Amino acid sequence: METRTETVDRSAPAAERDVVIRFENVSKRFGSKVVLDGLNLEVFRGETLVIMGPSGTGKSVTLRHVIGLMKPDSGRVTVEGHDMGKIRPKELAELRRNMGYLFQDAALINWLNVRDNVALPLRENTDMEEDEILQRVEAKLDLVHLPDILDKMPSELSGGMRKRVGLARALITEPKLILYDEPNAGLDPEISASINALIRDIQKQLEITSVVITHLLSCVRTVANRVVLLEKGKVVLEGKKDEFLASKHPRLLQFLGDSDD
Amino acid sequence: MLKSFLTTCRQFGVQLELLFEAVVRLPSAWKRRAMVADQLYVGGVQVVHVVLLVGLFAGMILALQSGLYLAQLGQQDQIGTLVALSMAREMGPFITGIILAATAGSALAAELGTMSVSDELAALEVLSVDRVDFLVLPRLVALAIACPLLTVLCDLIGVAGGGLVASAQLSVELELYFKTAVEALQDPGLLIPLPKDVYAGLLKSFVFGILIAVISCSAGMHARGGALGVGQATRQAVRDSIIAIIVSNYFLTWLLYQA
Ligand SMILES: Nc1ncnc2c1ncn2[C@@H]1O[C@H](COP(=O)(O)OP(=O)(O)OP(=O)(O)O)[C@@H](O)[C@H]1O
Ligand SMILES: [Mg+2]
Repeated sequence: METRTETVDRSAPAAERDVVIRFENVSKRFGSKVVLDGLNLEVFRGETLVIMGPSGTGKSVTLRHVIGLMKPDSGRVTVEGHDMGKIRPKELAELRRNMGYLFQDAALINWLNVRDNVALPLRENTDMEEDEILQRVEAKLDLVHLPDILDKMPSELSGGMRKRVGLARALITEPKLILYDEPNAGLDPEISASINALIRDIQKQLEITSVVITHLLSCVRTVANRVVLLEKGKVVLEGKKDEFLASKHPRLLQFLGDSDD
Repeated sequence: MLKSFLTTCRQFGVQLELLFEAVVRLPSAWKRRAMVADQLYVGGVQVVHVVLLVGLFAGMILALQSGLYLAQLGQQDQIGTLVALSMAREMGPFITGIILAATAGSALAAELGTMSVSDELAALEVLSVDRVDFLVLPRLVALAIACPLLTVLCDLIGVAGGGLVASAQLSVELELYFKTAVEALQDPGLLIPLPKDVYAGLLKSFVFGILIAVISCSAGMHARGGALGVGQATRQAVRDSIIAIIVSNYFLTWLLYQA
């Protein structure tokens, strides 16, 4: 919190590139376990930032701070200029309408079928006609390569299928800021590649900003503009995609040594 | 000791808040009527047979216990009065409340608890879906309707069960039994053109239904930490619902009959 004046200075050159998400010295602990430990991070408008890092380092926790599901213990998270620690419920709801979030475990409502899950945000928050809603739902399910499963319940789907339904639900409101928590975990290489391509295509549309958590280099290669390596709640390496991939940073080499491609 | 007292107070506050939030959203119950109907089926229709069975035996026990004593005094013809009053005032609402706490309440806590630990509640929040409106309201309305209706069933079958015992074991004529039973419930209420003992019982069960829904929803929504947390939430929901039913029953009785 003491670094305020410094951040004002830092934001001055960034004004030419519009900052959408900013983490300033964010710490978060659960009980005695420190998960985020003075995290600093910026995401600029229109870019795709990929977050990599070993399991349990706080990648999902970071993403949850962006959408206001968690609040920092200290430090500050700002999204579109809103301080997420102090944002009022109304503003938060407004902000979230322009955000899409793919949960690591998809988080489909277990007693709604695929159609109702994907249609949920439109039915609850818009006056859209049922016909149009259904059209959109089918279009989004086509996009994630899942036609003809409208009437299936989440429990009847494989993990990878649930993930893609979750993606369709996250995209249904056509958000401007999209957060993907491991979009291609549990998918076969072919579908995984097409989901990567989908994320890239979405981002190419005007002004879409995304943050993607992944363990896969194939995903980094397809979707990233910038990459950060997170470890023990801190950024240990950050760079443009090509710089990052070419880096000989010992932690990166060690991390990629355990990576699966 | 102090800590658990404070926890209880905090929980009570949370539950009151949830009740308030649900009541404020009552107008959208009509929009959610399909979900209310689903919940009525799960929470109400599916436990009808349990209520019938327990109500039947409760009536039979009442008739037998009181009948043996009344027979000593030569007053068997009062059995109908006693069974009808006991069922309508106390046993019907109480039995139905306990059964619903153990069935619908635990199911509800487990359902919302599972949603909580698998990020489904977080997903609703992220999608800006109002969780009280979407989850709590339909369940609350369904239980507030189901509990009084099931109580009526319980009362009826209890009185019938008492009649069986009275005629078969205590040689009271069925006709006399039902005549006294019906007469016992004639006492009119002050405000409502219904026999007081009937509507007092129904009012009680209406309150029980609301208590079960709010306590169980609250327990489920605050479940943390995987399947274990869901189990804890379920246990807590049933325990607290039963406590709430018994405690509120005393105060309702006092309010309805003494005030
Ligand atoms: N709600 C919570 N309560 C308690 N601890 C939590 C909570 N959420 C996360 N944690 C802890 O925070 C740490 C980081 O979790 P997080 O889910 O962010 O890891 P991750 O980097 O996403 O890992 P993975 O690659 O396995 O998904 C873990 O040790 C986890 O146990
Ligand atoms: Mg994670």
